[in-house]
Amino acid sequence: MLNAIEVDEVSKTFRIHHERHSSLKERLLRPGGGSHSDFEALRAVSFNVGPAETVGILGRNGSGKSTILKTICGVLQPSSGEVRLRGTLAALLELGAGFQPELSGRDNIYLSGSMLGLSKRTIRGLFDEIVEFSELGDFIDTPVKFYSSGMYVRLGFAVAVNVDPDILVVDEVLAVGDEKFQAKCMARISRLQNDGRSILLVSHSAAQVQTLCSRAVVLDHGSVIADGAVGTSIDAFRSVLHADTREVDSASPRARVEAVTTESGRFDVVMGGAWRGIARVHSEFAGDVRVVAAIRSPRNELLSATPISQGLVSLRPGVQDLSLQIARLPFLPGTYTLSISLRDADSGDSVAHVEQAAIIEITGESSSDGVFELDFDAKIL
Amino acid sequence: MSEVTPSSRRPIEDRPVRVVSARLSFLQQIRSIWRSRELLNYMVVSDVKVKYKESALGIVWSMVAPALTLVIYYLVFGALLKNGIPHFVIFLFSGLIVWNFVTNVVIPSTSVVVDRQAIVKKVAFPREILALSTVGAGLVYFVMQLVVFAIFMAIFRTAPQWSLLWLVPVALLGLVIIIGSIGLLLSALNVFLRDIKHLVEVFMQLWFYLTPIVYSYSRQVEPSLVHHGLSWLYFLNPVAPAVLTFQRIFYVHEYVQATTPGHAVLQVIPHWSTMHYLEMNLAVIGVGLVIFAVTMKIFGRLQGNFAQEL
Repeated sequence: MLNAIEVDEVSKTFRIHHERHSSLKERLLRPGGGSHSDFEALRAVSFNVGPAETVGILGRNGSGKSTILKTICGVLQPSSGEVRLRGTLAALLELGAGFQPELSGRDNIYLSGSMLGLSKRTIRGLFDEIVEFSELGDFIDTPVKFYSSGMYVRLGFAVAVNVDPDILVVDEVLAVGDEKFQAKCMARISRLQNDGRSILLVSHSAAQVQTLCSRAVVLDHGSVIADGAVGTSIDAFRSVLHADTREVDSASPRARVEAVTTESGRFDVVMGGAWRGIARVHSEFAGDVRVVAAIRSPRNELLSATPISQGLVSLRPGVQDLSLQIARLPFLPGTYTLSISLRDADSGDSVAHVEQAAIIEITGESSSDGVFELDFDAKIL
Repeated sequence: MSEVTPSSRRPIEDRPVRVVSARLSFLQQIRSIWRSRELLNYMVVSDVKVKYKESALGIVWSMVAPALTLVIYYLVFGALLKNGIPHFVIFLFSGLIVWNFVTNVVIPSTSVVVDRQAIVKKVAFPREILALSTVGAGLVYFVMQLVVFAIFMAIFRTAPQWSLLWLVPVALLGLVIIIGSIGLLLSALNVFLRDIKHLVEVFMQLWFYLTPIVYSYSRQVEPSLVHHGLSWLYFLNPVAPAVLTFQRIFYVHEYVQATTPGHAVLQVIPHWSTMHYLEMNLAVIGVGLVIFAVTMKIFGRLQGNFAQEL
């Protein structure tokens, strides 16, 4: 069977300049080009996306997700290997990226439409539908620099989904606009699915991948570590995140957080509920430490970090279990990460630190936007 | 909300296969540019629109600005330094119209990839289009100035040599190929070495005086170079042939009576045959095509790193 996207042994190496030498003086002074190191963002990545298939790409930050997407779209060229695409491709890497702020929405529809490879005639045929979808109405003849950010992304999304591509590549952009517009975007995506388009979706949210995709590819350190049914891949993704527990700050490894588990073995919590976990710590010394917990959002923003004045425990040499408790998780449904650090109670120095020690899936229903639910009410006095 | 474009209905076997790989051949590059010709068209239109968008006179500036420059050069070299060339305005305009095209392409295209980095990092399209769009915009301004030139010629009651008018597109073609290639090359190099932009700005001033625009090649340059057999050196400047051709077409007169006291007879334009002008411009086109091929090769190698260098 022919595939819509074939990624064949694609590798990408970035040269990291420790000091950027983009001025002539620096180049002349240091003809060697300064110090740099190579970073392998992708290592011989191969996978296929069939026609009418929706495939998710999962991975931690820095796993190569965005790099592989940019390579597939042709923004980056692979260092070796190749990508073969059958059919037209539209990418939602950043909504409205091709817009010229000085030009009107109308002109920008034509400009970005032709950037996506459409002919003038095709764009003219789609024009009314794009305007209708974007809900811009009369503002379509206003220069886009006067648009609100919501109007801007709405127009960007409207152009990209209405070009009706054979292949649609989506990078974490489904969270734009208000709830009504989001619902409209999701409806459009599922219509494209039903019409037999191939969709490649990158998301931090395992839940979103689970709803939309039939298959998922998991990337870690630039390599494919899982490629299969969405359930299996999400498990593989979770285990990668948990495996990180062993990656400890090596500056002064006086203690290690070896694993964070829960009694039930489950990491899902109903919104607003309590979370209890057990951290297995291996210590090389006896002494008082403070346990600091931090929660990050699906987009990796720090939502909360506990103050260093809390969580005092006395470690003894050897292995011991600490009980962790968060009395209330007020965040909206989604995938959150918990990081744990241990700090010396006297000096405040870090003795152990682990990012993404646990993935907490918050479940439940909420129609709020943002990160947590406000207890809000309004009435006439 | 239900129509489907014809391309989407095609079964997968019939769809064209596109390959993203480390190297594209010259032919693949040309083909991908050709496929994006409508994008190129929109980029040129939007470049021109954006440039004059907020000004009251709008696109009229693309005519007024060069006319004012012309007045300045006329005052300095014609009136103040008294070079004695009659109808000096026409002589000047013949060269300036060529030169304005060169600066309108070289300066914007040098920084175009860096200036448009937002799209370079996020949208895939042949990057050559960026530099080529400045060539397109340069051609638009060239045509606008040609209109102004016609008005000037009517005012001064001079006419071009109609029988040589066909040389205009020939000279312009050579210029477009060579200057476009230089712009393309500089646009890529400037991504990696940002000094290029500043160097180019300074170099353009030198280049202006290396081109026979405000002085006559036959009077001021040829006599001193020809004895040493060095006149070829002057023609390493790829703009000089186009300027001389335009002067031959629009200024027409090889010998004129000076406006300075004594009314000496001056040779302003080289005494060359039509064939010589044609050969000279064909040579520019030939050299230009070679430079273009080399530039595309270099550009193809450099563009893979644009998105990560910006």
